[in-house]
Amino acid sequence: MSVEVAPREWQRFTPLERLGRYAVYLITVAAVVWATRSVEIIPEFLYDAPAQTADLFRRMWPFDWAFYPKEVHAALIETIHIATLGTLLAIALAAPIALLAARNITQSKPLNLFATFLLVSSRSVNSLIWALLFVAIFGPGALAGVLAIGFRSIGFVGKLLAEALEETPKGPIEALRATGAPPLSILSKGYWPSVEPSFWSVALFRWDINIRESAVLGLVGGGGIGVALDSAMSNLYWDQVGLILAVIFAVVIATEIITTAIRARII
Amino acid sequence: MTATSTIPADAGPKRADALPVNWPRRLGYVALALYTVYAMSTLDITWARVLRGIPQGAHFLGRMWPPNTQPMQMDLMRQGIVESIEIAVLATFFGVLLSLPLGLLAARNLMPAWASWTARGLIALLRSFNPIIVAILFVKAIGFGALAGILALIVGSMGFVSKLFAEAIEEMNLKQVEAVRATGASFAGVLIMAVLPQVLARFAGFTAYQLDSNLRNSTMVGIVGGGGIGAALFTAYQRFDYDFVFTILIAIIAIIMVSEIVSNQIRKLFQ
Repeated sequence: MSVEVAPREWQRFTPLERLGRYAVYLITVAAVVWATRSVEIIPEFLYDAPAQTADLFRRMWPFDWAFYPKEVHAALIETIHIATLGTLLAIALAAPIALLAARNITQSKPLNLFATFLLVSSRSVNSLIWALLFVAIFGPGALAGVLAIGFRSIGFVGKLLAEALEETPKGPIEALRATGAPPLSILSKGYWPSVEPSFWSVALFRWDINIRESAVLGLVGGGGIGVALDSAMSNLYWDQVGLILAVIFAVVIATEIITTAIRARII
Repeated sequence: MTATSTIPADAGPKRADALPVNWPRRLGYVALALYTVYAMSTLDITWARVLRGIPQGAHFLGRMWPPNTQPMQMDLMRQGIVESIEIAVLATFFGVLLSLPLGLLAARNLMPAWASWTARGLIALLRSFNPIIVAILFVKAIGFGALAGILALIVGSMGFVSKLFAEAIEEMNLKQVEAVRATGASFAGVLIMAVLPQVLARFAGFTAYQLDSNLRNSTMVGIVGGGGIGAALFTAYQRFDYDFVFTILIAIIAIIMVSEIVSNQIRKLFQ
C-alpha cells in the first residue's frame, strides 16, 4: 500500500521577497527611463567630440618632459606627504570615535549614535568639498589638503575600526578584567591585539585611496600635484597635462603594488 | 631544606614573558613620528598657521549661518540635485551593463589566460584615475554638461564593479558549471543556468553599492564642469555665498544618507 504524498512545490523565496525584488527591478527600469529622458545633453557638443578627442591626445603627445624637474617632482612629493599626513590625522581622529561607536566598548546608545553620525557625515562630504571648506578657512595650500584628506577619511577608518572592535572575542577581555586591569590596559592588551591586523589593513587601504584623492585636491587649492595640473590646464599646455596624468598614473600603480606587497607580508 | 637551597634561582623553567616588548615595532612608531614632524615642516604646516585659521574659521562658519533658503536658491539646488541623481542612475546602469562582459572576461576560471590578463589590464587602467581627472578629460572632449559627468562615472564604475564581478565569478562553485556543461549546454546556457544564479546576489550588492558611490561622486564632478549639484556648489563658493554653500552641503549629506539606507536595503533584499 503506497502512501499518498501531496505534490509539493519548493520555492527559494517567500512571496514578499519576490515582490520586493520585482519592485527593485521595476524601479530600476523606471529610474533609468526617467533619467534618460530628462537628463540635459547638448547634442551640438557631440558632433565634434571625435575631433576634439583626437585633438586632445595630439596636443598631449609628446609630453613636456622638461616640466617634470621644474615643477612636477616637488608637487608629487607634496602630494604623497599630504596623503600620508592626512591618513595619520584620520587615524588619530577616528580612533576615539571608533571607540565611542563600538557597542561593546561604549555601552550607551546615544553615544553610539552620536559617533555613528560623525562617521557618516565625514564620509558623505567628498574630499574636494572638504578641501573647499578648509581652503576658505586656512587659505590655499597643503594644510587645507591634509585636513581635507584627514576629515574625509575619518568615516571610512572609524567605521571599519569600530566593526573590528565589535568583533573582538570576549574571552581575553574577561580574563583581563578578572585580573583587575585598568581600562587602558584592557584596551591595549585585550582589544588592540585582536584589531591590529584589520587596523593596519584599513590604514594601508585608506592610504592607497588617499594618494589617488590627494592628486586632485590642488584643483580647488588644496596643494599637491593638482595645483600643477590646474595651472597646466588653464594655460592649455596639454603636453604638461599629459605628463602630469602619466605621473599620477605611475604613482597610483606604484602605490597599489606597495600596499599589496605590505599587506601580503603583515596579514 | 637543603634540596631547595642548592638549586640556583634561575635554574627552573623560565616563565615566558606574557607581554614582551616588541622593539622593532617601537622603532617603527618612532620613525613614523619623525616622518610626521619632517613632512609637516616641509609642507609648512605650523601651529601658528592653524591658530591663525581659527578666527577665520569662526568668521566662515558665521557667514554660513543661517542657511540660505530663498526660493530662487532652492530652485537652483533642486535642479542640481535632480541632475546629480540622473547622472548617478545612468552612470550606474551603463557602468554595470558594461562591467558584466568585462568582469566575465577577467574571470580566470572561465576564460583563457590571454583574455583574462587583457581584461585585467584594462580594469587596472580604468581604476587608476580619480573620477575627477576622468571628468576633466571628458569635459574637454565633449564639452560641459551632464554627459561628461556620466561618462566619467561610467569609467569609474566599470573599473570598480568589473573587478568585483571577476572576483565573485572566480570564487563561485565550479561543480554547478560542470554539471550544466555535462548536459551539453552552450556557453550562454552555462552562463545563465550555472554562473548567474550563483553570483546574482553579490552582483546586486555591488550594483547597489556602486549607485551609492556614484551619487557621492556625482555631487562633485560639477566642480570641473561635469554637471550636477557640484556646479551650483562651486559657483556659490566662488561668489562667497557661504550660506547657500551650507544649504547645499546639508542637502548633499541628506541625500547621501538616504542613498546609503536604500543601498543597504537593496543589498539585504538580494542576499
